[in-house]
Amino acid sequence: MSDKKLRDSSDDFEQHLDAMTEDKYSLRLYVAGMSTMSMRAIDNIKRICEEEMKGRYDLEVIDLYQRPSLVADEQIIAVPTLIKKLPHPLRHIIGDLSNKERVLVGLDLRKKI
Amino acid sequence: MSETRTQLPKSNTGIRGLDDITCGGLPKGRTTLVCGNAGCGKTLMGVEFLVRGATEFNEPGVFMAFEETADDLIKNVDSLGFSLKALVDQKKLSIDHVHIEHSGIVEAGEFNLEGLFIRLACAIDAIGAKRVVLDTIETLFGGLPNPVILRAELRRLFLWLKQKDVTAIVTGESGIDTLTRYGIEEYVSDCVIVLDHRINGQLSTRRMRIAKYRGSFHGTNEYPFLIDEKGISILPISSLSLNHEALDERISSGIPKLDSMFGGQGYYRGSSILISGTAGCGKSSIAAHFADATCRRGERCLTFLFEESPSQLMRNMRSIGLDLEQWVSPGLLQLRAARPTLYGLEMHLAIMIKAIQEFQPHVVIMDPISSFWSHDENFEIKAMITRLVDYLKYAGITALLLNLSSDGEFMEHTDTGISSIIDTWLILRNIELNGERNRGLYIIKSRGMSHSNQIREFMITDSGIDLNDSMNTNG
Repeated sequence: MSDKKLRDSSDDFEQHLDAMTEDKYSLRLYVAGMSTMSMRAIDNIKRICEEEMKGRYDLEVIDLYQRPSLVADEQIIAVPTLIKKLPHPLRHIIGDLSNKERVLVGLDLRKKI
Repeated sequence: MSETRTQLPKSNTGIRGLDDITCGGLPKGRTTLVCGNAGCGKTLMGVEFLVRGATEFNEPGVFMAFEETADDLIKNVDSLGFSLKALVDQKKLSIDHVHIEHSGIVEAGEFNLEGLFIRLACAIDAIGAKRVVLDTIETLFGGLPNPVILRAELRRLFLWLKQKDVTAIVTGESGIDTLTRYGIEEYVSDCVIVLDHRINGQLSTRRMRIAKYRGSFHGTNEYPFLIDEKGISILPISSLSLNHEALDERISSGIPKLDSMFGGQGYYRGSSILISGTAGCGKSSIAAHFADATCRRGERCLTFLFEESPSQLMRNMRSIGLDLEQWVSPGLLQLRAARPTLYGLEMHLAIMIKAIQEFQPHVVIMDPISSFWSHDENFEIKAMITRLVDYLKYAGITALLLNLSSDGEFMEHTDTGISSIIDTWLILRNIELNGERNRGLYIIKSRGMSHSNQIREFMITDSGIDLNDSMNTNG
């Protein structure tokens, strides 16, 4: 009986894992003005989203100069900062996102090497 | 056309003593680095800079904390008499805690710290801040990757602060070979203050030094400083020079026959008097007479006791007919007791000066200075006493120092070490003569007045001290 229970819970885990990978990604990219670094970061994240999460992501780009109060609310120090709101856990990925492998690690789409 | 040299504009800190040694405060509109070990008082110096600015100079301030939360900070400095909450409510102060997530940050390319700039700009603009403290900005190095970018960004931040025309303090933890752990002193080029918390012979003293102040005169010594219920106070005692005014007024020693040895008028006001003598020869009694006479004139007397408690002294003096207690409650006499081993020398000096500044006495008595000699740092003790005597002379306060010495040792290290700074020097000693052992008193020197060259027999009676005529009359 205990064997069965064990198997059940491991099935549960597998199911949850499947559900999680199917989860929608809720991403926010915070930039400061339309600098070349900002543009680079926007291009990079758009491309990565299309390549890796097509159809299951939700990306919002926010200019902190327009909404400075968000800097404190989101505890942003470095820009550009990409915040993965969902799925949990919350993650901050900083930089112009030109290193795709690191972005994928940050999004938990790749195991840490 | 004009020949006047202009110093850099400065921003008064309002911190006691700091404005004296910086000749007017921190460089206005620039950034000052305050660095030191953990617990040396960096954060407090930053907080006090803002509190004084907000309360005394009408300059609102922003405190950006990288280590403590606003609530913790408010609680921590509350015990030091700073009510930050009220200042925050009045929009004279803003406290912003920047939380750095140490684990959750992944670096994926080039970045800058514009987020921090935006945040700081918001905080500055919201209250029209003129002062900014960043405590401790080096925490960024622990929380963010890529030190190369961080360094470049910090350099940009300090330039930006200058453009914003705010006077800023940046704190930093001491490094091993550098002033700060990550060497940010390279970027703060205008003013660097080093705080230190040193243990010497099991005694700890806080010290402060201005390592650099571009374009300004400043004191270069290490200055002891205190943190007490009123915040920081730094005591720039050694900056005094020998330009005090010599006073002509004479004041009574409280013993008429002793006065008569000084031409009948007693000591000069504002002079320094040293009484040396062996144990139990009556030094404290002479001092007590002087204290009594001072209070009787309606003047204030401050006595530092290093070997007795106040109640012990008052009891002993009652036995020779002196009631010192009557002067304590009207606020004319203050007795302060402290063990010499309680603090370091610098701290003793700092505490004494502070007590003097608060009580504003006319006479200061130290009973006895010899108890410091156990510290076995004679050079430093001499320096300390010199500084205290200088300070008192400068303030026009009469100083009476007592020194315990053993018979026959008067000319040796202890007394001669400080005798050069003393105006009037009395010696009490036991004299064995004609089968008697008597106490003798004589004056070794008394600058600027005629004085007796006789050795007087000195007696302690139920009604105080009495001096017999010259000892050579009976032998």
